[in-house]
This record gives sequence, C-alpha cells and structure tokens, in this order.
Amino acid sequence: MKVMSPEELEKFRRGLLARRKHKRVIAVCVGTGCVALRAQKVAEAIKDDVKKHGLEGRIEVRKTGCLGLCELGPMLIIYPDEIPYFRVKPEDASEIISKTIMKRKLVERLLYKDTITGETVSKIKEIPFYKYQLRLLLENNAKIDPRKIEDYIAIGGYSALAKAMFELTPEQVIEEVKESNLRGRGGGGFPTGRKWETCRNALGKPKYAIVNCSEGDPAAFKDRALMEANPHAILEGLIIGMYAMEVSNGFVYVRNEYPLAAEHMELAVKQAEKMGFLGEDIMGSGLSFRVEVHRGAGMFVSGESTALMSGIEGKTGEPRPKYIHTAVRGLYEKPTDLNNVETWMNIPLIISNGAGWFKSIGTEGSKGTKVFSLVGKVNNVGLVEVPMGTTLRDVVYNVGGGVQNDERLKAVQVGGPGGGFVPEEMLNVPVDFDEMVKAGTSMVLGSVVVLDEDTCIVDLTRYFADFLSEESCGKCIPCREGLRVLLKVLNDVYEGKGKEEDIEMIDDIAEIMKEASLCALGSTVVNPVLTSLKYFRDDYEAHIKLKRCPAKVCKKLRGENQKWGRSLP
Amino acid sequence: MGKIVTLKIDDKEVKTEEGMTILEAAKQAGVEIPTLCYHEGLDPYGACRICSVEIEKRGRSRIVAACCYPAEEGLKVITRSPRIDKIRKTIIQLAAVTAGEDVAGEMRALASEYNADLSRFRSRVPMEPIKCILCGLCVRRCIEANWDSAIGFEGRGVNRRVVLFPEKAGICSTCNYCYVVCPTGRISSAYGPDPPFPFIDDVLAGRK
Repeated sequence: MKVMSPEELEKFRRGLLARRKHKRVIAVCVGTGCVALRAQKVAEAIKDDVKKHGLEGRIEVRKTGCLGLCELGPMLIIYPDEIPYFRVKPEDASEIISKTIMKRKLVERLLYKDTITGETVSKIKEIPFYKYQLRLLLENNAKIDPRKIEDYIAIGGYSALAKAMFELTPEQVIEEVKESNLRGRGGGGFPTGRKWETCRNALGKPKYAIVNCSEGDPAAFKDRALMEANPHAILEGLIIGMYAMEVSNGFVYVRNEYPLAAEHMELAVKQAEKMGFLGEDIMGSGLSFRVEVHRGAGMFVSGESTALMSGIEGKTGEPRPKYIHTAVRGLYEKPTDLNNVETWMNIPLIISNGAGWFKSIGTEGSKGTKVFSLVGKVNNVGLVEVPMGTTLRDVVYNVGGGVQNDERLKAVQVGGPGGGFVPEEMLNVPVDFDEMVKAGTSMVLGSVVVLDEDTCIVDLTRYFADFLSEESCGKCIPCREGLRVLLKVLNDVYEGKGKEEDIEMIDDIAEIMKEASLCALGSTVVNPVLTSLKYFRDDYEAHIKLKRCPAKVCKKLRGENQKWGRSLP
Repeated sequence: MGKIVTLKIDDKEVKTEEGMTILEAAKQAGVEIPTLCYHEGLDPYGACRICSVEIEKRGRSRIVAACCYPAEEGLKVITRSPRIDKIRKTIIQLAAVTAGEDVAGEMRALASEYNADLSRFRSRVPMEPIKCILCGLCVRRCIEANWDSAIGFEGRGVNRRVVLFPEKAGICSTCNYCYVVCPTGRISSAYGPDPPFPFIDDVLAGRK
C-alpha cells in the first residue's frame, strides 16, 4: 500500500492503533549486546510460553533495539506497567508469564536492586540510570520493532516528513533547523542548518546527502545502537533533509562490521519505498527521492567525510584535501551534505516539535541531547542520553552509579582516539561542544570510558597509538610516520626503556600531527596524547625516571615485590 | 579566463586567476615553496605536507598545504617563519624514518636547507630503510602514462607500501616517468647512467 497524502498517513496510523488488540507488551532487547547474552533465546522462550498459555491475542512479544542498561542484559520491559527485568535467562520465561502476566505479581529476583539501599525497583523510570537521563532519541526504542514500519508509524513516524513536505517550503525547513541551533553530532559540532544552506545554495547537480554510520572508535557503539533500534527515524530525517536541500539521491554509509544495523536499514529503505516515503511521487507530492545503503569496509578512517565519499565512489577510503567544503564539492565532486546518524535523528523531532522546543534543552552553545556509550570501570555500563550541559561528574555518578568496587576515579576518556582524557578534578566540565574543546578534548563524544586508579594512562595512550598506527590510511607523512614513532616511543616508556628527552619528542610529534596532517584523523588523534601529557605528566615521569608504573599495569615495570592490581590485599 | 583574485604572499601582492592554488600563485610571483609529492601535470595530492604554509583569514591563522589550498581574495600567506620551518624540518625528519639517511634528490636538498637531523627519529625506530616516502608520485605518474597502473599502494597506516602488481607487470612500458619523478632517488632509470640499470618492477619486487 502506498500512502498518497498526509491525510492518508494519519488515517493509516489511526487504523493501526484501532487494530491493536494487545493489552500488554513485553519488549525484549535484542540489541547486539544483549544478543551476545542469549537475548534471542529469551525472546523465543517468552514467545513460546505466551503461545502455551494461549495469550497470543493479548500479549505482544516485541523484539526491540538497545534498551540502554547493557550491564544488566539481557533485559526486557513489560508495558504498560513499565516493569523492567534484568539478566533474564530463557528459563525465567515461564515464571515471568505465569507470575507477572497472569497474576500481576513481580519476579523479585529479576528486578533492579538499588546499589545503596538494596531495595528493588519496579518501574523503569525510577532506576537511577534512567532517572537522570533525558531520552529523546532513545525512548522510542522500546516502543518499536525496528523491522516493522507500522510500529514506527503508530508512534507518529513520518508525520514530520509530511509536515515538512506539505506545510513548509524547503527554505522554511532549513530556517527551522538553523533556528534550532542543532550542531553536528559526529564531533565537529558544525551548525547543521548552515551546512544544509551551503549545500542547497551550491552550484552543481545532482546533489547528495549521506548518513555517516561509520563508527570506528573502540568503546563507542551509539550509532550502531541507534541504527539497529530505530532505522526509520534516521531515514525520515534524511528524507526531510533531501527535501530541504533539493537532493534526489541519498546514501546511508554503514560499516560492514555492523551487520544488524545495515540489515535493519536496508529493510527500512525497502519498507519506506513500499509505503511511498521513498521512490517516485512521494506522498503525492510529485517529488522523487532515492536512498541507497552502502556497506563500508569498516576502516576507522572511513568515518572521515572525504574518505567515506571516496569509499562510496568505489575508491580506497582515503581522505582528500577538504579546503573546499564537501557541501560545495563532495561526492563525485558534487555538493554533498554528510551528517552523523544522531544528527539526522534529531531532525524529525525538530520539525515536529519546533525549533523553540529544541532550543529549550541544553546550554547556550549546544542544544538538545547527546547520546553516547558509558563504559569502562563504571557500575552501569550502557547507552546513555543526557541533555547538553550535564556535567561528566553527573554522568559518571548519577547515571553511571559510580566507579566499580568503589574505587577512586582517575579520569574519564571521552571520545575515543579523537577525544582526550579528563582528569578527576575537571569532571565538572559539561557535555557541551565548546566547553569540551576548552578542556582539551574534542566533542567527538561517542563514548565515555571511566578509568579508575588501576588504569595506567601511558599504557592506554600506547593502546590508542597502536590502534591508530594501523587504522590511519597512511597517506600523509605527519600522521603515518608520526604514529609510527609515537608508538615506538610509548612502547619504550611502557617497557621501562624511556629516556628523559622522550616527553619532548612526544610533544613535538603531536604538535606537528595536529598542525600539518591532511585530515581530521591526524589532527585529532593526538588529543589523547596531549591531554595525557598535560594532566598525567607525573605518570610519564614515574615510568621514565623511576622506572615505575604507578598503576602497576606495565608488565616490565611491575617488579618482584609489587602486587598485581590494587584490589588484592 | 576566470575571475582575478588578489592575495598577499610574504608581503608581495599577487594577482592570480580564481581556482589556482597558493602554490601555483606563489610560483607565478617567484616565491619558492618546497614540495615532495607535487607534480605540475598531476592533481594535487596533499600527502607530504612539506608545502605547509601559514595563512591568515578573518584574523585567524592556520596551517594549510599550499598545493591544495585555493587562492582566495584578500588571503594573507606566510611561506617562511620559525613555525613553518619547524614543521618542515620535523616532517623531513619523520620522512627519513622510512626513507633512511642515505637519500638523494629533492629530499637531500631539503634536509640540508632546513638543517634536519635525519637520524633523530630514525635512531628510535629500527627498520630497514626503503628509500621511499610514499609520496605516490610514481603511482600517479604511472596511471597517467599507461591509463592503468603497474604499481600501487598496499596496506594502510604504517604498513603502507608501494608494490608492483605482478599481474599488471606487462603494462610497464619502461617509460621512465616514475624514475624522473621520484624525489628520493629510490627508483633507478632503466636506461640511466649507472649500472646495473634495474627496472622499476625489479626494484619493487625486491629483486634488485
């Protein structure tokens, strides 16, 4: 069936809601993290049990994307009561059905237990992890099966597209996005509306629009989780953007290491074509848009916009000089707008609720929310969304529930290889584009890694250098050779062979890489090195001068009488 | 004929056509900017970064590659300064890690000009010098001469190498272009003055 007008879309949506007979929904997370913990088996077991009790007509078992608290997966939520169960095993299925569904009794052992009071929590929103978040992009994850476009339409999906296409002119859409002050979530923080305007006004046809889901940083999985859980929201944002910029061809670039995300996106495109949100004569408007899903080869450098475009063109994913914006000359040398998954996902929200609403969230310079993965030595590992302006301290202690085993926090590493270290005393820095840059890291912020006193900063910096020396494309001399020497020097420091002049050498190389590298990879990957030198110089000096690793991590410096780790007596 | 833009290169007023790069504009004005991966006949590549210059735009200064950055109206360019010299010197020192200290050609000249100690980083990273800085000139020149390439890049990051594609060795027309453009003197001429006249494919395949 094709939707031929906004009215038909609304009628279709009402029909969907009217046909819903299910009284309750069991939303089982089958995001990649939970699947690794046998979540598929849990979902199947629950389905079987529902069938056994003859409840199929009344209970819907919904397989959803990431529900957030990965630490305690596999997890599920029972609606409308909003009862969350954690660490669910397939064997628990029958008890959940017979107790909670049939008798409305809670299964105590599967509930969340407060770490401080020890009391169980039976409402999802009362769990501290969720209480301190503002989940604008993530809250729909539980409400939809990413494989069903009907689920997305039922919660009002594609109505923002209808509004944009039938109530607003392309210029008004761009004006709205500009007014909202939405900034690029990939890390650059460039105002999205301005980028759109540049692309729209640029000469040359055809133009292209691209969704960047080439998330290669270790520890980050927010783009994957968003695309796995809610592909239609990203697609809707993309189509709105294509309408605003008068682009007829769109691409979704997904790295092949994200098979589930790519699969869901491919399915979403097919379903959208079937429903008439893509293809010819969209919703009876006479406009035609095409979207193609491109599976990338999964290099870290492919996340860089020009490298990504080379990849789509069928060439090696290598960056090229970007002194002329890609919005003017990008894919196939034509004007191309490229935005991060999360940026695109904000678009339908802005169009539906208005720029004024969006601007009411966040700080002066950064509006809206930020999604990232919270990982490392923190109690609540998971996918997090907080309003801009939330301090990292609140993220770690309120949302994250503090450091594991009540260890002392040493630093947080934000943004992976392109970000930096934020030491404990600077944790009051808010999640905000400008404040983050001031703190010496960039706002790449796909991940926040919590580090305790047992973490050796030198060792971790060495890990990043090792990762990057193979993930850099190797085209320009500062980045390729800089990383080669950096890795060797950091390895020497790690092994106790460091020399006094090494710190200066590291500093020198990092400076050259920052100033002279060809692309943003080379110039941002020195952030961890520079911030580690700035805030943890003592650690380096202990390794070099005293031949001692304060965190007792670096093997060759552990010595005979040093104990492994801090947790041992 | 395109629009004429006026920019300032080292306090010299330079008029050039829109679409030219800083490097081309500087050449017109007789200002020398060193390059290693640039060739007049080929598209700018921007890999060696030796041509880094300082530009000032709207009161903000930044470092750009002259071979790629377009000449803009009112742009202020500084091609030589302590900051630039330090960048060039460090880049030459870094390039020497793979190239080795025993280099010839343009790179040797630059090393002396910028007083670069080629063993500074090399001494820390023990690896067999391959006399190559991966500027890509031979590869790009080969594509242009033969419409296809007998040589190309393999690997990524620190593992990047120029290699011969054995199945494409037949393309090599011994045109010598790759020899002419090599800035470090790695590739010897097929008909050059010094015996034993190794062919490019012999060199790259490690036979010579």
